[in-house]
Amino acid sequence: MARMTMIEAIRDALDVAMGADPTVVVFGEDVGYFGGVFRCTAGLQAKYGKTRCFDTPINESGIVGAGIGMAAYGLKPVVEIQFADYVYPAYDQIVSEAARLRYRSAGQFTCPMVVRMPTGGGIFGGQTHSQSPEALFTHVTGLKTVVPSNPQDAKGLLMSAIEDPDPVIFLEPKRLYNGPFDGHHDRPVTAWKTHELGEVPEGHYTVPLGKAVVRRPGQAATILTYGTMVHVALAATAESGVDAEVIDLRTLLPLDMETITASVNKTGRCLVLHEATLTSGFGAELAALVQAECFWHLEAPIRRVAGWDTPYPHTHEWSYFPGPARVAEALRQLVEVA
Amino acid sequence: MSDDGLPPLSLTVPEPEVRPGGQPDFSHVAIPRAGTVRRPDVDADPESIRDLAFTIIRVLNREGEAVGPWAEALDLTPEDLLAGLRHMMTLRIYDARMLNAQRQQKTSFYMQHLGEEAISCGFQRALAPGDMNFPTYRQAGLLIAAGYPLSSMMNQVFSNADDPMRGRQLPVCYSSREHGFFTISGNLATQYIQAVGWAMASAISGDRQISAAWIGDGSTAESDFHAALVFASTYKAPVVLNVVNNQWAISTFQGIARGGSGTFAARGLGFGIPSLRVDGNDYLAVMAVAKWAAERARRNLGPTMIEYVTYRAGGHSTSDDPSAYRPAEESNAWPLGDPILRLKNHLIALGAWSEERHAQAEAEILATISTEQKKAEAIGTLHQGQHPSKADMFEDVYAEMPPHLLKQRHEAGF
Repeated sequence: MARMTMIEAIRDALDVAMGADPTVVVFGEDVGYFGGVFRCTAGLQAKYGKTRCFDTPINESGIVGAGIGMAAYGLKPVVEIQFADYVYPAYDQIVSEAARLRYRSAGQFTCPMVVRMPTGGGIFGGQTHSQSPEALFTHVTGLKTVVPSNPQDAKGLLMSAIEDPDPVIFLEPKRLYNGPFDGHHDRPVTAWKTHELGEVPEGHYTVPLGKAVVRRPGQAATILTYGTMVHVALAATAESGVDAEVIDLRTLLPLDMETITASVNKTGRCLVLHEATLTSGFGAELAALVQAECFWHLEAPIRRVAGWDTPYPHTHEWSYFPGPARVAEALRQLVEVA
Repeated sequence: MSDDGLPPLSLTVPEPEVRPGGQPDFSHVAIPRAGTVRRPDVDADPESIRDLAFTIIRVLNREGEAVGPWAEALDLTPEDLLAGLRHMMTLRIYDARMLNAQRQQKTSFYMQHLGEEAISCGFQRALAPGDMNFPTYRQAGLLIAAGYPLSSMMNQVFSNADDPMRGRQLPVCYSSREHGFFTISGNLATQYIQAVGWAMASAISGDRQISAAWIGDGSTAESDFHAALVFASTYKAPVVLNVVNNQWAISTFQGIARGGSGTFAARGLGFGIPSLRVDGNDYLAVMAVAKWAAERARRNLGPTMIEYVTYRAGGHSTSDDPSAYRPAEESNAWPLGDPILRLKNHLIALGAWSEERHAQAEAEILATISTEQKKAEAIGTLHQGQHPSKADMFEDVYAEMPPHLLKQRHEAGF
C-alpha cells in the first residue's frame, strides 16, 4: 500500500495499464511532455515514449474521433479532455459514434476507449471549469459513466474502465484531486495522506464498474450521491445528527440498483445529492427509479439537493455549491416528514 | 448612413449558375486536356506541387486513349480494366434495382451512385487487404470491388433476417471489417477524423496498413473535416483524404461549402498536405491517383488529399427531387461525361471490348443481380418475410447486457 493523492492514483493506474498492455495509448491537450495541466500523466511520455503518450492539437472532436478510429483498429485509447466543460465539441463523436459503434456494426467494430475529464466545482472555476455534465452521458445508450470519490477507487475504477470492452466516460472531481473536500471551504484543506481511502494498493487491481459502496451505514435515511458530494454527505450526516446511510454510487451507468433498493427499503427515506443542476439531472433518474422500486417502503417524498438551475457562477460559488449546511437542512426535513 | 461615405454592408450568398428552367452551363469549369498534367514523384515536396490542387488530372481522352504520365505509371492489363468496368456496371445495375425496390416499398430508403461509380470502384483497387476505408453512404463501389457479396448488401437494404446489421441501420449503411469497409454513420464527416485515428493506430503499432477517409463536398464544411486535416497533418498519418465533389449537397450547390477557396483540394494545402484534383469520371485517372496517394501513405510519407471532380447525376436519395433546385438536363451537360461509357470506349479502342460484348455483359450482370434479389426478397423485405429477432434489438448496445437492458427486454416480452 502506498499513500497517494487522486492525481497520483490516476497516474499510477495509467502507468500500470500502459506497462501491462502495449495497446494502451494516452493522449490529449498538454498530456505528453508536460504531463497534463493537473499532472495526471506526468512522466508517462518519458517512460513509454512519444507514440504511447502524446500531445494533441486543441480539438476535442479530433481527440475523441481519432480515439474512436484507434479503438476500432484495436488499440485502447485513454484520452483526456482538459475540463469536462470542454467536452461539448466532442459530443457528436461520443454520442453518435463511440456509443453506437458496436450496435450499428453488429459487433464488427467496437470502441474500448476511456474519455477522462476533470469535473465538478468548488474551486472558483466559474462557468467553464466547474460543470458536472454527467447527465449528458448517462442519457446516452452505449456509454458507461464513472465518477470516483477517492484515490483508492480512482485507480481501481480507471483500471476497470481501461479493461472494459465498451466506451467509458470517466469523470474526475478535480476538487478531490489533492484531498477530500466536505464543502467546508472556510476550513483548512486536508490531504489524502490522512484519509484511509488515500491508501492505494500497488500494481494491478480493479474496482468493478456498476457496483456502489456504502460509505456510512445508517437507519434513518439513504443518501444517494457520488464524487465530491460523498464527502459533503458524510459531513452533513454528522452535523445534522441524522443517522443517514451514505451510498457512493461510483458508477452511474450501469447503476447498482441492488445496493440502492436494499438501503432505501431499509431506511424508508431517500435524499439524492449532486453538484450538477437540478432539472433533468441524474438525480431525476435516481428519484424515479427509487420511487418505482421502493414505493411501498417510502415514508416521505424523495428529496433532491443539487446545484441551482443556473450556469455555475464565480463569485457566488458557496451559495451555489450544495454544501453541508444545505444538505443537513434537507436531511432534517426529510426525517421530520411523518 | 454613417458619415464615412461608405455604403451599408451587404451579405454575399453564393448561387449556382443555373436554376430549374435555365439552360445548363458548365463553360466556367476549366478542364485540361487528358494527359497534360504532370505526375510528380510520391516524395515530392508538397510546396512544389501546389498547382495540382487547382487543375484536373485526366488520363482518358475523347478518343478513348489512355495518355500522359499518369497513364504510363499505371501498368494495367485489359483484364484489370474489364474487372473495373464490371464493378462499375454492377454498381449501376444494383442501384437501379434497389431504387426500384424502394419505389415498390420493399425498403424504406435508398441512395444511388449514378455518375460516381468510377471513384469508389477505382479507388478500392489501390488498397491492400487490411487497409480500411471510412466511407460515406455513397461509396458502395468499395464493397463491390472488394468482392463483398451482393446478397449481403441486399439483405441490409431489405433489413431482413440475413441483414448483417440485423435490421438496426437505415438501408445503405453497410459495414464489413473483412472487406475494409468501416461501419457507416448517418452523422456526416464523423468518419473523416476516425480514419486518421485508424491510420495513427497502424503507425503507432508499427503495422503496414493504411486508411482512406471519404467525404462529400457539402460535408467538408463540418468541423470534423478540419479536425481530420489538423491531426493528419500533425502526425503525418498514413491516410488518403478523399473528397468527392459531386457539385451538390442535397439541394445546396458546392459553392456554399467551398466559398472562395477555388477548389476543395486547395483546403489541404493550408495544412501542408499534398493535394491532387482528379477527373472523377475517369476510372484510370482515379486508379492512378489513388495508387500514388496509397504509395505515399505506405512509404510513411504522410497523408494525401484527393478531390474527385464529378457530378451527382441522380437524386440525393429516394426522398429527394432534384428538379426542384437544378435543371433537369444538367447531368447530360456535365462535361466529364459518364464513367462507364468512357471506360467502355477505352476498352473498345484497345480492341479488348465491343458493343456486343458490353450488351452481353450487361445482360449477365442484370441476370445475376435479379437472381440474388429474388433470393434476398425470399428471405424478407421491409414489411414482409423474416426479420431479425426482436430480442436482438437489445444486443450489442454493450459487450454484455447490463441489468437495466435485461429488464427492459423482459418487459418488452422479447
